[in-house]
Amino acid sequence: MSMSENMSKKAIRGLVLRSVLAAGAALTAAAPTAALAQAQEQYFGVPSSRVGPFSAMGTGYYGGIIDYLNYINIKFGGVNGVKITYEECETEYNAARTVECYQRLLKKGDQKMVVFDTLGTPGAYAVIGRMEPDNVVLAQYGYGRTDAADGTVWPWVFNAAGHYWGQVAVQLSFMAQQEGGIDKMRGKTVVHLHIDSAFGREPLPAMREIAKQWGVRLVEIAIPPPGLEQQSQWLQIRREKADWVTFWGAGSGMNSTGLTNAARVGFPRNRMVYVTFGGAEEDMVPAGDAAKGTYVTANAMPGKSFPLIQDMEKVLYGAGKRGNMQNPERVGTVYYNRGVGAAVMWIEAMKNAQRIHKKVGKTVTGAEFRDGYEALDITDAKLKELGILGMSAPFKMSCAKHDGAERFRMMQWDGKKFQILTDWMAAPDPVFIRKLIEESAAKYAAENKITPRKC
Amino acid sequence: MFYREAGQYSTSYAQDRQLLTLRQDRLGMVVMLAVGFVGIPLVASDYWLSAILIPWLVLALVALGQNILMGYAGQLSLGSAGFMAAGAFACYNLILRVPGIPFLVAVLLSGLIAAVIGILFGLPSLRIRGLYLAVATLASQFFIVWALDKFGWFKNYDTSGIITAQDIVIFGHTFASPAEKYLVVLVIVASLTLLAANMARGSIGRGWMAVRDMDVAAEAMGLSLLRTKLQAFAISSFYCGVGGALFIFAYLQTAEPAAFSIELSFRILFMVIIGGLGTIMGPFLGAGFILLLPIFLNIFFHAVFGRAVDATITSALEQVIFGVLIIMFLIYEPLGLARLWQITKERLRLWPFKY
Repeated sequence: MSMSENMSKKAIRGLVLRSVLAAGAALTAAAPTAALAQAQEQYFGVPSSRVGPFSAMGTGYYGGIIDYLNYINIKFGGVNGVKITYEECETEYNAARTVECYQRLLKKGDQKMVVFDTLGTPGAYAVIGRMEPDNVVLAQYGYGRTDAADGTVWPWVFNAAGHYWGQVAVQLSFMAQQEGGIDKMRGKTVVHLHIDSAFGREPLPAMREIAKQWGVRLVEIAIPPPGLEQQSQWLQIRREKADWVTFWGAGSGMNSTGLTNAARVGFPRNRMVYVTFGGAEEDMVPAGDAAKGTYVTANAMPGKSFPLIQDMEKVLYGAGKRGNMQNPERVGTVYYNRGVGAAVMWIEAMKNAQRIHKKVGKTVTGAEFRDGYEALDITDAKLKELGILGMSAPFKMSCAKHDGAERFRMMQWDGKKFQILTDWMAAPDPVFIRKLIEESAAKYAAENKITPRKC
Repeated sequence: MFYREAGQYSTSYAQDRQLLTLRQDRLGMVVMLAVGFVGIPLVASDYWLSAILIPWLVLALVALGQNILMGYAGQLSLGSAGFMAAGAFACYNLILRVPGIPFLVAVLLSGLIAAVIGILFGLPSLRIRGLYLAVATLASQFFIVWALDKFGWFKNYDTSGIITAQDIVIFGHTFASPAEKYLVVLVIVASLTLLAANMARGSIGRGWMAVRDMDVAAEAMGLSLLRTKLQAFAISSFYCGVGGALFIFAYLQTAEPAAFSIELSFRILFMVIIGGLGTIMGPFLGAGFILLLPIFLNIFFHAVFGRAVDATITSALEQVIFGVLIIMFLIYEPLGLARLWQITKERLRLWPFKY
């Protein structure tokens, strides 16, 4: 008995030792190959989140990003001849792990990361202070720190697909539309039901102000993460006699639980508006029939009708199977298309950077990439050329204005797929939202002794 | 052969009472400190310093605090992340609101604030024990995070409820680079570890252990339970508070209260259990295991399999392996990694000779 126990102990120790050595060898072997890389490569870091409660979001979004990068290489041989390489790192949607991934991905051989996309507000906040010293662009694509839309205070942070303040304004304006006008909103009760995190609270400053202006009674109800326990909150919604609910959940578990709970207390689903990061097929399907009728805001349209998505499916998932999605059926879903949209902006920014700095066919640096991202001018004609007309909203960045498209489309889940209800909707009073952003950014600049740059 | 104590005699009481009685241990400590203070800042890359070593040292300090309470004093507590949050937000507010306060004083004060809160939440320990106490201390975890969330003052009314740590300024010098921050963390962690080691082997630590082993007997021998237990809570929370402040100021730089969730408390608990209850070295080994193994596995899988295997599968596999390794360690070495090191030392006495 003790003999065999000793044997197995030894065997296991040996196994552990061997695998440690193997990993060490692999680590040291990885470095020289990277150093040998050709000069004409552009390296991207992909901080994916593939496990945990937010995996549906992470696999779809980063799958879309990786697919588009590969597609550019396969179809066009890179960006003006510069081949794209990437490295992945698992963040588990955890702020501390995101910082670790950021540091790990920052340098690869003699190349440096130019853009970082955390797909998560907590992660974005954790690294946002490191962008300027490290010369890395933080490309928040429809999430993250809202007041970073002020490019004078945040030169390195962008938000190309709309921020949460604009989004909540669009949601309120949609509600007003359904009620028959803004004046009809007076006296109505809107519940903001949110996960208790930076992401869930992010829209509140704008929401409170608009509610005050419109005479709407705003009730804020928080759900502690991971948000699978919502019964008492839904009973409270019932008690408050809510007319509308804005639901800011994270992870398909929480989002579908919200729908089933709403069904249980009999709250009509066509009085609920889901945030972009809760409004995807993966969030609706688990709730079954309970999801029918739910409204969703979208900054990237789902579907395979867009020429780019069709071509990507053909190139990557046809013969050879070079696609990143484990389940090819998910190509063309909300999260996937949003990831493609985010990666399209990376590549367009890189093209701009090459053009502005006369480095066509060459690798660009972080500072050059930043200039390229700031020069993004995505018109309808450009979207058509890219093959995503209608999938993303057209927008134009500028030195001071870093918030790209402030427009969203409203969709409704019909039990099988999303029905698109509106065209791109803007916030009813964009000047007001902009004022809030500039005030908040100015407060941050004063607190942290930042001198805003001149634009 | 390498770890023989033969020929080493104590000739004075001072020698007998020193922290490391063996010449080998003393030498090893000198080498380790030299590597830590001089070698690593010179050689290590920014990635190693800012993403591996700093969080490792900080979490080891917190785990040490947890070990004082759990391993030495035997009070099962689940609130360590809450005390970290208290320390972190205290430090932020002290620097924000007290003009000209030196960083080290702010860290010290935030530790003391956490200690006061620790004493408050340690009061139930006078009445209840074991698992029931663990449940009672959960209150601290939830209450502190809730209070920080609820009252905007703690976060200086930031719109999204997130604080941005100020620069670390000591004697007019800003410690901004990873190597500088690492040195600040290392000095604080090393001195607090020395303090803990001395407390643990002195009368304070003996009091804790007496309470841990049997509190009724300890009381019968004249030990004040009230004092000993609350002392353990206070010192443990002090360590957690200092660790929390360093976690924000030297590592994350920004924080929201939700980052100090119950999950972090559990991770710290696991660090202590896997590292070794009632040891000073255990928290360091345990923090290394819990914090670094997932990162190591992630790098390993990406390096070995690259793009050949779906990243979703490898990411899930990492968690499976991590879980299996924890179970394996607990089966083969229930006393933790520190015990493993002790066994190694005993083996090294003879190795490579048989007798």
